[in-house]
Amino acid sequence: MIPATFEYVRPGTLSEAVQALAQGGDDAKVIAGGQSLLPLLRLRLAYPDLLVDLGALDELRGVREVGDALEIGALTTHYAVTRDPLIREHCGLLAAAAGTVADPAVRHRGTVGGSLSHADPAGDLPAVIAALDATLLASGPEGERSIAAADFFVDYLTTALRPGEVLTAIRVPKLGPGWGYRYEKFHVTAQDWAIVGVAALVRRDNGQVAEARVGLTNMGTVPVRARATEEAAAGSEASREALTAAAAHADEGTSPPDDLRAAADYRRHLSRVLTTRGLCAAANVV
Amino acid sequence: MTDTVNEIGKRRTRKEDARLITGQTNWTDNIQLPGLLHVAFLRSPQAHAKILSVDVSAARQMPGVIAAYSGADFAAEQGSLPCAWPVTPDIVIPNHPPMATEEVRYGGEIVACVVARDRYAAADALEQIDVDYESLPPVLDMEAALTDGSPKVHEAGNKSFEWVFANGDMEAAFRDAPVVLERTYRQQRLIPCAMEPRAVVCAPVADEYTLWSATQIPHVLRVMLALVTGIPEHKLRVIAPDVGGGFGSKLQVTAEEVLAVLLARKLGRPVKWTESRSEGNLAVHHGRDQLQRIRIAADADGRLRGLSVDLLADMGAYLMLVTPGVPLLGAFMFNAIYKMDAYFFKCTGVFTTKTPTDAYRGAGRPEATFGIEHAMDDLAAELGMDPLALRRRNWIAHSEFPYTTISGLTYDSGNYEAATARAVELFGYDDLRKEQEARRASGDPVQLGIGVSTYTEMCGLAPSRVLGQLAYGAGGWEHASIRMLPTGKVEVVTGSSAHGQGHETAWSQIVADRLGVPFEDVRVLHGDTQVSPKGMDTYGSRSLAVGGVALYGACEKVIAKAKVIAAGMLEVSPEDLEWTPGRWSVRGDPDQGKTIAEIALATFAAHNLPDGVEPSLDSDATYDPESFSFPHGTHLCAAEVDTETGQVRIRSYVAVDDVGTVVNPLIVDGQVHGGLAQGIAQALYEEAAYDADGNLLTTTLADYLMPSATDLPTFATDRTETPATTNPMGVKGVGEAGTIASTPAVVNAVVDALRPFGVRDVEMPCTPQRVWRAIGQARGAAR
Repeated sequence: MIPATFEYVRPGTLSEAVQALAQGGDDAKVIAGGQSLLPLLRLRLAYPDLLVDLGALDELRGVREVGDALEIGALTTHYAVTRDPLIREHCGLLAAAAGTVADPAVRHRGTVGGSLSHADPAGDLPAVIAALDATLLASGPEGERSIAAADFFVDYLTTALRPGEVLTAIRVPKLGPGWGYRYEKFHVTAQDWAIVGVAALVRRDNGQVAEARVGLTNMGTVPVRARATEEAAAGSEASREALTAAAAHADEGTSPPDDLRAAADYRRHLSRVLTTRGLCAAANVV
Repeated sequence: MTDTVNEIGKRRTRKEDARLITGQTNWTDNIQLPGLLHVAFLRSPQAHAKILSVDVSAARQMPGVIAAYSGADFAAEQGSLPCAWPVTPDIVIPNHPPMATEEVRYGGEIVACVVARDRYAAADALEQIDVDYESLPPVLDMEAALTDGSPKVHEAGNKSFEWVFANGDMEAAFRDAPVVLERTYRQQRLIPCAMEPRAVVCAPVADEYTLWSATQIPHVLRVMLALVTGIPEHKLRVIAPDVGGGFGSKLQVTAEEVLAVLLARKLGRPVKWTESRSEGNLAVHHGRDQLQRIRIAADADGRLRGLSVDLLADMGAYLMLVTPGVPLLGAFMFNAIYKMDAYFFKCTGVFTTKTPTDAYRGAGRPEATFGIEHAMDDLAAELGMDPLALRRRNWIAHSEFPYTTISGLTYDSGNYEAATARAVELFGYDDLRKEQEARRASGDPVQLGIGVSTYTEMCGLAPSRVLGQLAYGAGGWEHASIRMLPTGKVEVVTGSSAHGQGHETAWSQIVADRLGVPFEDVRVLHGDTQVSPKGMDTYGSRSLAVGGVALYGACEKVIAKAKVIAAGMLEVSPEDLEWTPGRWSVRGDPDQGKTIAEIALATFAAHNLPDGVEPSLDSDATYDPESFSFPHGTHLCAAEVDTETGQVRIRSYVAVDDVGTVVNPLIVDGQVHGGLAQGIAQALYEEAAYDADGNLLTTTLADYLMPSATDLPTFATDRTETPATTNPMGVKGVGEAGTIASTPAVVNAVVDALRPFGVRDVEMPCTPQRVWRAIGQARGAAR
């Protein structure tokens, strides 16, 4: 398919990018890896007048340690995330989930920042960074600010980013000792989006679950935390029975979509089954 | 055979791959011509509507636009897209203008077009066309479509035809039958999704036209375009350059091809159109889509008494080239490899407001094979028999060939025992049954199922006489010619138009084998009506079984001509010569001989040919098969079903096929692997889905789920080789076998895994949600 006409700029600095975006207003779009935006353009589902390509902003690429957190540049590709030693050591959940995104070609071009800014609730990374209690760093005409993951996703394909703002990095707190994780992605074919995904984190303290966090993919218009499950799991015995009981609450407060791939009731069921599996794997419970 | 160099059966890599894989070839979309214009088509966004008006005036004002037209602009000249298979005398074949003029009957039907200097300008201008529709009710469900009150797709109603075949006493077969099985299966609608989308280029020069098209059928297309457009056939040249897959979807005369010719004629300029994937999902003809009502009467020991098949086949909105004939190929295949007393087949062709259906890999045969093989596993379960034992009870024994089946075809050869024995061995059938028992006993959340498919198919389409009896509009022969070049190299011209099958390699092997020339010295020409003037093209696993045999015949003619010339050169009588690969030599004095290259050079010089011998070694042969060929095989699938989520994972898959003589095992393996992928895709993944308004929901490959290699198991394949007796090469064809066999094997495995829950069937595709619901419903029913 053929996109409609648009202007294209490739700024050399972040401030130029912010300026270009701000001038473009509502009709300007950021392009990074292009794995979400280009299909929309080609299907003529989006008609931006201006594309601001961040590709030249090398400072937005890569991972660094900042105290008790990792700062992951927004242009870091999914592939780089899966291979990065710091991420694998301190936030293995993110590396595991990034490795399930689409296919190798997409993972080599698609970026973490692009995936989060696109805010598709069926995308894998939003629920993961929600579970990791990450913070998103944005740069805009009014300067820099940080946004908690819980506040970043506003609605279907909608984030808290303001016009002219660029997502620059994601700050993810390091998981300390005792944490286990699992991303349970349920999809029909390997390249398909998740029908439901469960990002599970468990900190064990001997035979007990000290803390559990569960982020759900594609169970609403934004990624959601399964708070009732988290509360039920915290302090419980690290056993299949206890975690299954906790996971029975996984879909509470969610409003899963009803679409071609799955009905809402099936998604609710899957969220409970997958949460059980995710928690058990994260807690290393056989 | 002693008179060959054993090229037949060699595992050669494919000659054509270097240019295909490295992008050195010309696909239709790569073709550039001076002054080439680009066409974009506006398609109906509604399933069913009256066209009140089409206003293209704004589009005509857009930059770069040369012309814009609506259907009214073509009304006088566009004719009706052809249907070459009027299966009954009273069949309803509705008028089918390439560009709709008064009414649209499926989403994706063309209503207008723009011709511009580039694709971008054409796409932009398309958005400026204003069409005013008055919505009409969609017709989506075949059973509802046949009721009196249904809205009509066409004035003449929603029934296109009813076709019946009957043999044997059905009443007796069902009377007092100890077991009667009744099932209704749904063959979902599929979208072919060839890797190369359709593309057309048409160039006018004076009153002559050259059309390049990503088509399977350049020869048939030329005839049909002449008939539809009125351009004399001899002023039309059709070229199928390298074509990236078809699977039946390019066995068609499309609206876009006809309109490309009409636009080139109107504008006097070359035009090009290449479809996008989403455009293709809407407008390429779809496949399958049947409702199968099957009844089987059997004795208590499993012996089949009678089989009754009542099909509803969705034609979609119009009849395309062979639409009505597709489900009827199944008439001869439902009885499959089994003996029975009576058989009844009825097919009703139904119009709906959906994309027209037509041939898709297997075309009628996979549908039938699914129906009977699924029913056989169901019957085995009903009888408490092992599904393989039920088949052994009923299949045609090796000693019984040739065997005329209840549907009237004579199977020349087959060895179901051998293929099944090999499959059972490779599969580890008994061990898997034990594991299944153990999982059932322990209540394992992941259950194991085993599915069987002992298929046959009819290939080598087709004996022209039979096609005539079935009211098909053309013959089923194929043509080949050989040009012996003075330097001993060989040019082969074939009417079989390859689009990925590897003809250039296989044909070279046949020639090298018969004429004893090096494989590398053979060049194969095809796919251009000016280069290869005669042909019936490629579909229905016919290339080798018909086109390959034609080439074999052409080789024999070269050898016979060479004999006479060699005799003259050696100054002996032809009777004193004997043929060894590549050489005629004097019997008893093998040093005295002439190679085919020497004979070719002498023929070219023609200085000293025997009296009355023409100076040519070239030959032509046209082969009309005396019968279909009948590949067969046994496929076994083990599937693990996660009963908590409904997810199906194929644990192991064994395919043992008997395709007769194998020319190139590597190509055969590739055909089987690809076929399996496509058949498994129907079982588990793919479905053209519509909403209640008749909008296609699966317009992109994000919605229409094609499996990738990641989703498929490692296949275990093997072959038995029972040569066909109806052609001199013993070949049968392999293009569709994998697709035909695998769908029922997989679905049978899924259902087998779930039988302990009381599940009797899972509708295709067996998605996790469908499997989960089937378990839930069975459990609910049990309570």
